[in-house]
Amino acid sequence: MTSLAWLVPIALGLGGLGLAAFLWALKSGQFEDLEGAAYRALEDEPPAPRERR
Amino acid sequence: MDRPGALSESETSPAYSTSNTASAGSSACCTVRAAATSPALGGAAKAASIPPASQTVTLAVENMACGGCMRKVEQALLAAPGVASARANLSAKRVTVVFADRQDAPASQLIDTLGAAGFRAAELTPEAIESSRDDSRRFLTRLAVAGFASMNIMLFSVSVWAGSDPSDPTHRLFYWLSAAIALPTVVYAGQPFYSSAWAALKHARLNMDVPISLAIILSAAMSMYQTVRGGDQVYFDASVSLLFFLLIGRYLDQRVRTRARSAAENLLSLKAQWAYVIASDGSVERLPSRLVEPGMRIAVAAGERFPADGVIVHGTASIDESLITGETMPRQAGINATVYAGSVNLGAPVEMEARAAETDTLLAQIARLMETAEQARGRYVRLADRAAQFYAPAVHTLAAAAFMGWMFAGAGWEYSLTIAIAVLIITCPCALALAVPAVQVAASARLFDRGILLKAADGLERLAEAGIAVFDKTGTLTAGVPSLANGAAIADADLKAAAALASSSRHPYAQAVAAAAKQRFGSVQAASGAEEATGAGLRRVTEAGEERLGSASWCAVPQAQADSASLWYVRPGSAPLAFQFEDKLREDAAQAIAALRRAQYRVLLLSGDRSESVAAAAEAAGISDWHAALKPQEKIERIEALKAEGHRVIMVGDGLNDAPALAAANASVSPSTAADVSQTASDAVFQGSKLMAVVELLATARKTRSMAFQNFAIAIGYNMLFVPLAVAGLVTPLIAAIAMSTSSIIVTVNALRLRTAKLELAS
Repeated sequence: MTSLAWLVPIALGLGGLGLAAFLWALKSGQFEDLEGAAYRALEDEPPAPRERR
Repeated sequence: MDRPGALSESETSPAYSTSNTASAGSSACCTVRAAATSPALGGAAKAASIPPASQTVTLAVENMACGGCMRKVEQALLAAPGVASARANLSAKRVTVVFADRQDAPASQLIDTLGAAGFRAAELTPEAIESSRDDSRRFLTRLAVAGFASMNIMLFSVSVWAGSDPSDPTHRLFYWLSAAIALPTVVYAGQPFYSSAWAALKHARLNMDVPISLAIILSAAMSMYQTVRGGDQVYFDASVSLLFFLLIGRYLDQRVRTRARSAAENLLSLKAQWAYVIASDGSVERLPSRLVEPGMRIAVAAGERFPADGVIVHGTASIDESLITGETMPRQAGINATVYAGSVNLGAPVEMEARAAETDTLLAQIARLMETAEQARGRYVRLADRAAQFYAPAVHTLAAAAFMGWMFAGAGWEYSLTIAIAVLIITCPCALALAVPAVQVAASARLFDRGILLKAADGLERLAEAGIAVFDKTGTLTAGVPSLANGAAIADADLKAAAALASSSRHPYAQAVAAAAKQRFGSVQAASGAEEATGAGLRRVTEAGEERLGSASWCAVPQAQADSASLWYVRPGSAPLAFQFEDKLREDAAQAIAALRRAQYRVLLLSGDRSESVAAAAEAAGISDWHAALKPQEKIERIEALKAEGHRVIMVGDGLNDAPALAAANASVSPSTAADVSQTASDAVFQGSKLMAVVELLATARKTRSMAFQNFAIAIGYNMLFVPLAVAGLVTPLIAAIAMSTSSIIVTVNALRLRTAKLELAS
């Protein structure tokens, strides 16, 4: 049962990491324009500086 | 348009969340407004009058539709002087420009820059940006938290369900861990539901959020109690996954509103026009028409719309007021004649002076009519709320009855309460709350693809209920632009020659001639050396002599003949050629009316135009029930009379004079060419020249309604299956979890069918 002492924190930690990453992405405006982002990935030029919110 | 604070509105009281077009409509009505001290715009004015502007400008770009366009827009803007950065948003069709320093390029310059690159753009006002702000993001945060929590709690729950011994300390530990995750989640992510339920209870009524909040809070509270006491009725997973599914529904609902609102704002901004203001020193300056102030002198060229209400101070104009009165014949207006924003100057260029809206003008009267008409619509109760009015009391009675029943059976209050709460969890209207938003998302996506913008969130429901369709004539049944009526009588050579001359003019009649020629010959070669005498006509000197195209007097047509046509063409050696024009029906008007008839709609035509032209249009479109020469007030009276008889009425119209009627009807639709006020008053706006869009809209609305009912049936069927188990005390946390998720998923999948379904408008 000692394995649980490792596994539970790891499971929760990874989940929390995912949540934090999503909230960060949301806050930094990466969900503002999903259609546009799909095309920007194909551009050759370096990306224009993104507007901070 | 919904009000700017739509988030709090929809969070707190869906029952009242009908659109508030009354105030928006009446304010939009007065095109002459007090100086809107919009930032970022003053650049057009002299340096001294520049307001302390913000450094960003947001533009709506109409035809930015692909990744390449997005890049082109950004590059064009970055190349413009003073621009520090430009970032396009393809989903919203907007671009945000940041200036390097405050006093640089005005928005009009950016719009010209984009125009040169082939994009139609318009500046969005700060109010427009504010009102279409994406509120769904706040739901997304809550949704993410609830999703995280439900996944992790499920991790523990599955281990528990797998059959570990309840007295095992690990088993207890998992309950405690679940509690540690669930309780903060329930407190944070459930807030939209609690506040909405609380608002409903305060007004002594029930909405869907009351049973939702009860189920979430009670299940969390009971699970906590059981965890402390060492019991096994722990529903943390149910409580949190309920929240997760319900938030998906709310998020979808919010997204539909936001998308519709932002599209509507873009549309209105793109329709806004420029006013050429003459300063006291005679210089002309271009201003957006919303910044026009009373007292300004404005030059209006031939073929342009008047940007504001006012009086003519110089020149004589022939004015097309079809958008305002529905009357297709131009009106002659001299000095001191009143002109309205939105009418078109067909004649010579004139100067006007903007005047503030007076209380006795047509516009003020329309604004007053709209305010009263709007109030009636605010009372509409949405389908989901009507369902809740039956559902919520039934559920609460059932839970209470289960509690009492087990108490009488001698089960003890603790066990009885557990049963009652299990009943509440099972009956929690999770699928019900998803049923309507899921269908509406699918429906509005479908309509969006077909060029129809849904503006009011409950518009589809109101459209689906109507049985009478009332049409306006000018601009609605008809295309709203003149087209050549006697084309068949004109020889090829004559039409070709006249069109060559006409194609260099912007006058609607000249353009109609050019369009007719283009249709007959495929293309038109513009004549070189054409000169335009504005308000009179065009002329060109050829080897054979002088050719003229224009009014009867310009072409020196004898008085006796002059009244028989609106446009004449003379060339050396032949008799004057007459061109007559008509406002043609939309191509598919008759087809659309027939489709409505087949679906058992009663179709009416209410027009402000003269009787003869209304009769002709009614006959061509196949409408037998028509009324002509109606004032806005009379249109409302007719609609109110129909409503008083218990009918539900859809109004389809475009003119300013239709705006009150659009607001008075149960539901309303307007073409995207409609007057601003009319568009603001309608529930849906269709683009393009096809009237069949109205039929498609009604078919989708009805299908949406029937699918919502289907989803209700699925959700209630599930309850019928599981409620007896809950009352009998046989529901375990595992059964609750399975019942809830499957019903939600089935309801959502069912809704997605709408997106691609083939629809026929049936009775």
